[in-house]
Amino acid sequence: MLDSVHNALFAGENFRRLMEGLGLTLWISFLSVVLSIALGIPAGLLMSSKNKFLRGFFRLYLEFIRVMPILVLLFFFYYTLSRYSAINLSPFFVSVMVFTMWGVAEMADLVRAAVTSIPAHQRESGRALGLSELQINFLIILPQAIRRLLPGVINLTTRMIKTTPFVFFINMVDLFKVGQQIVEVSGMRDRMASVWVYGFIFILFFVICYPISLFSRYLENKYQSA
Amino acid sequence: MPESQMVLEIRNLVKSYGERLILNGISLDIHEAEVLVVIGPSGCGKSTLLRCLNGLEPINSGDIYLDGGLITGPDTDWCEIRQKIGMVFQSYELFPHLTVIDNILLGPTKVQKRKRADVIPEANNWLERVGLLDRADAYPRQLSGGQKQRVAIVRALTMQPKVMLFDEVTASLDPEMVREVLDVMLELATQGLTMVIVTHEMGFARAVADKVIFMDKGVIVESAGPEEFFDHPQSERAKRFLNIFEFTGIHRVAAG
Repeated sequence: MLDSVHNALFAGENFRRLMEGLGLTLWISFLSVVLSIALGIPAGLLMSSKNKFLRGFFRLYLEFIRVMPILVLLFFFYYTLSRYSAINLSPFFVSVMVFTMWGVAEMADLVRAAVTSIPAHQRESGRALGLSELQINFLIILPQAIRRLLPGVINLTTRMIKTTPFVFFINMVDLFKVGQQIVEVSGMRDRMASVWVYGFIFILFFVICYPISLFSRYLENKYQSA
Repeated sequence: MPESQMVLEIRNLVKSYGERLILNGISLDIHEAEVLVVIGPSGCGKSTLLRCLNGLEPINSGDIYLDGGLITGPDTDWCEIRQKIGMVFQSYELFPHLTVIDNILLGPTKVQKRKRADVIPEANNWLERVGLLDRADAYPRQLSGGQKQRVAIVRALTMQPKVMLFDEVTASLDPEMVREVLDVMLELATQGLTMVIVTHEMGFARAVADKVIFMDKGVIVESAGPEEFFDHPQSERAKRFLNIFEFTGIHRVAAG
């Protein structure tokens, strides 16, 4: 059995390729998450603004992204767009773009919820102490909003990481695709290969996502006592 | 009693929300060390009056002077004025992410740019006087409503204001916690702090006030010393209002 495990995971270039796949998975996740947070915060602030038009626009965008399967978006921007227009995007670009489109929508909604959940009299108490609006935002509103935001952001991060295998469908050689290729080759000789390879991928995703979940729980506890 | 110095002067204050007139020409003087209690039915404009005094509500017309200086001009720096006019609200408004001591130090260190080490002894002194020195490092959620309000009072006092505004500070407290907050305010009154207090606690109003004003529909209906007002209210409106707080027996209900 050890032989079988060894062949599946370590024979030839297998392990190196799996790690490369993992690297790509993490790289797409990382870029998408960072871009989602960077763009989602201003979008969320706009969503909580008084401007009805802006609010409506982001609401519509959010609902659209939520009901649209990620796979449809990946296919549309990779296959459809290049077939019917001159726009030819690389699969990597499409992957990061689609995940960011999703992430921004979710992130913006989290920010909106966090900011609007801070009671109005917090701002008023700050004013009554003579604080400027800028000081109120940075010393009172934002610290409270960030605390409320963190668990949601971490949850979104793990959801994005575990959804990345979809990029497999637009020819990205991510962790999942590498696994599938190895299984295709080794599976001919050893039927157990798929158990080892997918089992290994399963463990890798767990090893990545579980600490993030733990971190989220730690933060929640920490801020509950604050 | 010799005329003491005027802290706040309000002249013909008018405030409306759209068509609805909230304050219709309020004129009022508040002298140094004076305790002014404002009472009146809900919606009479008493809370709005307080909020106009420190610029939380923009006014339509009229003038307000603080220490003789006009503060309702077009280029009033409210951040400056609010340091001199402390305010405590009805809702517990401590900042939940900061400890008691950090709540208190926020204004003095960030607005007045005083050194933390300089303010701490003063903050501790106030905390001790309201019986909360041992809770300095607690977070607001670990405090009772009455304790939170006492911290809110200390937070405003540590700014060293010229005058303090209290907007129904016991209205959302459980009955057994009302007393501890009122006692703190009584003590401040005896020490000569200038205060404007909006309250529904009539016994407290009578005990703490140098002057009582009774408001209804945006105007001052009566203005008198506490004994005079509570024992011999002049207007029908004030008499009816004070009756709400009397429970002398079932016979009175028919008469009211």
